[in-house]
Amino acid sequence: MSLLDVERLTVDLATPQGTLHAVRGVSFAVDRGETLCLVGESGCGKSMTSLALMDLLPKAASRRAVRLSFGGVELGDLSPARMNDLRGNRIAMIFQEPMTALNPAYTIGDQMTEGFRRHKRVGRAQAEARAVDLLGRVGIASARERLGQYPHQLSGGLRQRVMIATALMCGPDLLIADEPTTALDVTIQAQILRLLGELAEEFGLALVLITHDLGVVARIATRVAVMYAGEIVETGAAADLFAAPRHPYTQGLLDCIPVPGRTPRGSRLGAIPGVVPSLVGALKGCAFRSRCRFARPDCETDIPWRVDARGHGARCVLA
Amino acid sequence: MLAYALKRLGLALLVALAVSAASFVLLRISGDVALAIAGEGARAEDVDLVRRTYGLDRPLIVQYGEWLARTLTGDFGQSLYFKTSVAGLIGDKIGATVILAFASLTLALAVALPLGVLSALFPNTWIDRLSLTIAVLGQALPNFFFALALVMVFSVKLRWLPVSGSDTWAHFVLPAISLGLYITPPFMRLIRAGMIEALASDYVRTARAKGLSPLSVVVKHAMRNALAPVVALAGVQFGFLLGGSIVIETIFALDGLGYLAYESITHKDFPVTQAVLMILSVVYVLLTLATDLVNAWLDPRLRTG
Amino acid sequence: MSDATLEASAAAASPDPRGVALRRVAGHAGLMTGATLLAAIVILSLAAPLIAPHDPYAQDLAKRLAPPIWDARGDWSHPLGTDNLGRDYLSRVLWGGQISLLIGFSVMIISGLIGSTLGLVAGYFGGRIDLVVTFIVTARLALPVVLVALAVVAVASGSLLVVILVLGLLKWDRFAVVMRSATQQVRHLDYVAAARAAGASTARIILREVLPNVAPQLIVVATVEAASAILLEAALSFLGLGVQPPLPSWGLMISEAKAYMFFSFWLIAIPGTALALLVLAINLVGDGLRDTLAPDGRA
Repeated sequence: MSLLDVERLTVDLATPQGTLHAVRGVSFAVDRGETLCLVGESGCGKSMTSLALMDLLPKAASRRAVRLSFGGVELGDLSPARMNDLRGNRIAMIFQEPMTALNPAYTIGDQMTEGFRRHKRVGRAQAEARAVDLLGRVGIASARERLGQYPHQLSGGLRQRVMIATALMCGPDLLIADEPTTALDVTIQAQILRLLGELAEEFGLALVLITHDLGVVARIATRVAVMYAGEIVETGAAADLFAAPRHPYTQGLLDCIPVPGRTPRGSRLGAIPGVVPSLVGALKGCAFRSRCRFARPDCETDIPWRVDARGHGARCVLA
Repeated sequence: MLAYALKRLGLALLVALAVSAASFVLLRISGDVALAIAGEGARAEDVDLVRRTYGLDRPLIVQYGEWLARTLTGDFGQSLYFKTSVAGLIGDKIGATVILAFASLTLALAVALPLGVLSALFPNTWIDRLSLTIAVLGQALPNFFFALALVMVFSVKLRWLPVSGSDTWAHFVLPAISLGLYITPPFMRLIRAGMIEALASDYVRTARAKGLSPLSVVVKHAMRNALAPVVALAGVQFGFLLGGSIVIETIFALDGLGYLAYESITHKDFPVTQAVLMILSVVYVLLTLATDLVNAWLDPRLRTG
Repeated sequence: MSDATLEASAAAASPDPRGVALRRVAGHAGLMTGATLLAAIVILSLAAPLIAPHDPYAQDLAKRLAPPIWDARGDWSHPLGTDNLGRDYLSRVLWGGQISLLIGFSVMIISGLIGSTLGLVAGYFGGRIDLVVTFIVTARLALPVVLVALAVVAVASGSLLVVILVLGLLKWDRFAVVMRSATQQVRHLDYVAAARAAGASTARIILREVLPNVAPQLIVVATVEAASAILLEAALSFLGLGVQPPLPSWGLMISEAKAYMFFSFWLIAIPGTALALLVLAINLVGDGLRDTLAPDGRA
């Protein structure tokens, strides 16, 4: 069994308009040393999926799953206190906005060590030594001085490095990164991605990276899951999926990014016309059919999941 | 930080000067002070005599300059009604007012802090509705009416507490409750709104993702940031309490600055009114300065910037 | 909420923003309660000449301190009893409402004009003008309102007009503070910049572009200030330094009844409750408007 095994995860949100099905039966698995990228447009449920794994959903949201097992433990059966012992300890998470994700009132050192000291029950000196070590590992110079600084004294890129180092403090098995580079400058994005890839390998992490950017996926993913309207519509090894996308939505996403050497200079990049359907209330058939140029009558029926021998699967009548 | 403090101090001094001039001029131009001192039916010669005796016939700016010069040396003149030094009078009375203000503020915070935090943690529950009810009532009940109702219940019916005076701590209970209820709503609203904002913030989500204890998430991460504006409000409210206790002190005949101000006004004792007004304004300016500095010191962005 | 789907679906489900605002107003229980209560008080006060059973000033020394009807000795000739001079208490309470409403409304207008002008000008022009206005507001905040109002009313001798003027000239600070920050926000918005680029005059931009957009905050502050002015007048009159006898100001009625409170507490409870209900109604309306018109919570 994989380190993280998710089967038919659903997240429902209560809204004044009715129940919003933010995540609709998502299944995936990740192992140590693997990087799974959850890709999709904003609002496709990928952030809700990650918050559901952490049990950090907003109050209005409820989570259900056939299986939500982590290291052989069923997360759905854990008490809040036991779940809290896993969070930040064996499952760590970093977020999109490094500018606001750190508390402005406390020093970097304090925020880096507080979780470690709680989970590992060690003293301040030992925790700080580890923090200095990790800050150096994520490429921050004069780490010892940084511990005494406040978040506002650091740039966005540095703060995200601090967030990464903090996430690694307890030596987690699983790291969830929700759009970790979206808020950063392009040059910094590349550095942070490379760093994440290296660290995942070095620490033997299972990395779940959530992004809307296929460029990011191409750099780092071992496997990809493409999400649309709360569902996974295609999944497979990164190389397979990029070489031969089987779902029209994936194809559309790939057409939107220029490929150096392959996209002719001056040619138009693709765009997917139309809007995502409302997720309030029941949704039958393929959610993408209103925007799909290959749509046909049987797209309105329940479409089975089709997987090839290499584990490359898609939910489409054409696949 | 030092430059910031000096700048704020300079501004505070300017404000204090402007306020002292404004209050001086306000009292002088709103009516004929000499006539007020001499009495309604006084003859014209007597009024003139009063005017010359007190130097009220000179230009306002000269009168103000002289008054300011004396005031700065701590000489507030003589009370017309109490026939004693104004500085001495104020020294006698200010203690009761400060005690009352402290007691009211403590009471208000003791109610607003837990209720504000709990109603932010559990919105739309009975505790949220209870705090909302207290806030709405506290804002709508005229505090003198509330004070009289308290007297009826606790002094007249139950005979637990004295009706008036300022001799023992028991005399301060009802006045402090009356004033405390009045200033509770703004604290409660500020704390609730601040906590709701902080609890929804990214850094609180980070703290949760680190698996910190719920207590640490709420107290260390959310409250620390939500309560910073409360310091500023407490400073402002303390200043308001010193000046606003006039109604409550009068009802309970609590022998403080507010009651003194009331008596000086009804007896047209201008030196006393002027001095109390000046002191309250300057104290307010100093309080806001102090809270600004405390806030700057609490906020690492200002402290280290 | 982190998921953009929520906003998108909420927007999709409600294509008509004006209808939404109306529905939000109608669906706000506090706002509807407050508005109904306020309307009732306004109608009863304005109709006082028609519905008051007696002349509010007519004394009947033979019937002094008659109890209200809920007392065993009460009777229907004076439903709320009489005061220490035998005046019909119901009639006085009804007429008294006019005074409170007049005070609340006129003080709100005067202070609103002063404060919002200062705030608009400071927020719109910024720079030195802003510094000067901020200084004036800071200085004004340092003056204790009750004390200054009492002192000035005492010297100028109390009358309804003096009370209105003094409170109006003192209580503009909140208008100025809120209008200043609201204007600062609006000033940088695209349509204001566009109007400026199109060569519209400053006065026109402020009146046509800025004012309508800061109006929600203005309305909310206006309700808060009206309620606060009503309470202040009552406090001044209660201390004997506001509206003068024989006018039936609620604060003054409480003050006059103080000597009899141990045996006739209803003399205090009735005008006190009337005051509390009026202020409660205005505050509920103000809070409701804040929720529905200015939900970003600036006001």
